Amino acid sequence: MEALKSYDWKDKANKALGISQEDARITKSYLSVAFIAILFGGLLGLLQGMNRAGILELPVWANYYKVLTAHGLLLVVVLSAFFTIGYFYAGLSHTLGGLLPKVRKMAWIGFWMKIFGFVLAVIPVLQGDASVMYTFYPPMAAAPMFYIGLVFIVLGVWMLAFGAFINVANWRKNHKGQHIPIFSFFATGVFVLLFFGSLPVAIEVFYIIPWAFGWIETINVMVSRTLFWAFGHTLVNIWYLTAISAWYVFIPKIIGGKRWSDLLTRVVVIALVIMNITGGFHHQIVDPGISESVKYMHVFMSLAIGFPSLMTAYAMFAVFEKTARKKGGKGLVGWYKKMPWGDVRFLAPFIAMAAFIPAGAGGIVQSTNQLNQVVHNSMWVVGHFHLTLGMTVVMTFFGVSYWLVPYVSGRVLTPKINKLGIIQTIVWTVGMVLMSGAMHWVGLLGSPRRTSYSTYFDNATALSWDPYLFFLAIGGTLLMIGVLLQVYAVFYMMFFAPKGETEFPMAEEEEDATPTPMWTERWGLWIVLMLTLVSMAYVIPLVDFIVNAPPGSPPFKTW
Amino acid sequence: MHKAEKVWLTLSFGMIIGFMLITGYQAFAKDMGPPSYGERIDPQKVDETAPFDNPGVTQIGENEYEVVMTLQVFSFTPNKIEIPAGSTVHFTMTSKDVTHGFQVAGTNINAMVMPGYISKITQKFDKPGEYLVLCNEYCGAGHQMMSTTITVK
Repeated sequence: MEALKSYDWKDKANKALGISQEDARITKSYLSVAFIAILFGGLLGLLQGMNRAGILELPVWANYYKVLTAHGLLLVVVLSAFFTIGYFYAGLSHTLGGLLPKVRKMAWIGFWMKIFGFVLAVIPVLQGDASVMYTFYPPMAAAPMFYIGLVFIVLGVWMLAFGAFINVANWRKNHKGQHIPIFSFFATGVFVLLFFGSLPVAIEVFYIIPWAFGWIETINVMVSRTLFWAFGHTLVNIWYLTAISAWYVFIPKIIGGKRWSDLLTRVVVIALVIMNITGGFHHQIVDPGISESVKYMHVFMSLAIGFPSLMTAYAMFAVFEKTARKKGGKGLVGWYKKMPWGDVRFLAPFIAMAAFIPAGAGGIVQSTNQLNQVVHNSMWVVGHFHLTLGMTVVMTFFGVSYWLVPYVSGRVLTPKINKLGIIQTIVWTVGMVLMSGAMHWVGLLGSPRRTSYSTYFDNATALSWDPYLFFLAIGGTLLMIGVLLQVYAVFYMMFFAPKGETEFPMAEEEEDATPTPMWTERWGLWIVLMLTLVSMAYVIPLVDFIVNAPPGSPPFKTW
Repeated sequence: MHKAEKVWLTLSFGMIIGFMLITGYQAFAKDMGPPSYGERIDPQKVDETAPFDNPGVTQIGENEYEVVMTLQVFSFTPNKIEIPAGSTVHFTMTSKDVTHGFQVAGTNINAMVMPGYISKITQKFDKPGEYLVLCNEYCGAGHQMMSTTITVK
């Protein structure tokens, strides 16, 4: 907290650039939707956990698969996207001297398109006409309204992406020869990925809609599945890139230090942008119809993403140690005592980072052919993405909320809310570790994902999973308590906390930092490289699926 | 760049390349690659297409069996398979409707079974016992019931 009090002239300059009321309203609206989504999504998650533990039989109108589809949509599509947009738009406004009036309008159009799309998609889900999970693999066919809703969500995302591009391009035009401020650099990377990553799913959905209406009789299942995963994995890596933006840009300031090498930071962003989309193929390692050599090429494409993450791991711990030693920390590991453990803005993202050590290792397991075969579609995978998204990403978002919400609301983080945040962080950590740990383990034993409670006709193997599955209910209950605390904290800070000024805690570079070369700004080149890599990865399998297509599949409603 | 940073980057790079090399060695030299069979089939005419017009277990050699299997909501045909211990079993599978998964708990058998494609996977069953076979891709309202067993005697 001490860092808050030590101002220098740059802080004052930042203050002067503070967010306008109109821009703040955009971020507040996006964050409100995000945290309402986690409230409902979390509740549905608890119901599933109780069911899987065998202690709650869900009624017909709240069928497990309906609940699971809604849980996935609320958390993967609503929470993450709305938080990311609200967060980066606040940053664009702060670092680029405010949003352009045109961009502000686009942000609102995008907001309502996304809400409208979500309502369209969720109606058939609630009616039981779209229990297809958020992956909606054909030939399972939901009601056409579900897909039309998805179209509006994607169009909304594009509106936001282009808004961000226009604002960044305008700033670049007026600041020739300068680097985009680092936070807007992250934002550019995220919106480039959101746009290009959602292209494949847009194509998929445009081709599902006439099939769902019955205008065309059959669909090519492998083409749609491949297009889905070109998008699906990019999406989760976008949330990850969003989380690391907070680690690189804000955490050093919160602990009273300086940013790690600006060049390395920008290289990590560029690498993640270029290499991300092709990573999705590891979801198809045990699929038929793809040759072993193509699958092997894709192991490299997926594993390559691990490299920038390992660079990030180094950078983070280097910043921690450097800062702590400056404050008088001593010894090989003794410096850790100098970290601000009592500050939730640090503690939550720190645990998020620590969680990425096992989470990232699990990711490497899943993208390696033979290991993937052991865990594919088992509860292990569910444990993995609750560790990556549920801890690494979401706990970073929580940590950010303790300064971002007061910042956009013109209020302050009170010591009481900070304490509540610490308790929330502990509850969430314990809940997630128990739940995700049990999921990983029971997955190795063979328990499948996306399956309601089943003893498989009292099969001994299936019955032996029950003790592990019980932890899903314990973890789920703790997480629900965590959700309630977090949502309370967010809305308290937004509407009731004492008024005051909260800074946008952007860390500075080291005084003696070497200037970053200008080639890092060549976004056109990064996009071309990304598209080249995407074509290398996808042209061969997609052309093969289309040219050597089997007769297609008619729609099925199997629920 | 610090020395520690160089060491870390080298280790990171080495680790990822190590994973690549081991994966490649296992896939191509040890024949442990993931199921990748490429043959297509008309998903609406599975019952009329050989070999799926006659699903079942056939002995094709000493201690070697072929299982021709169709997956459909929410069952496996044939089910309740019995084979002697020490047999190598080649599974040839396809789906008659939506996407299914074929997993045998306690083994590394794990394959997607999709309409329009034939999946093949081979496993040697050494240990006697009853193995649980289940569908591990959500396929509809009765997905949690879709299971059978392989008994190794």
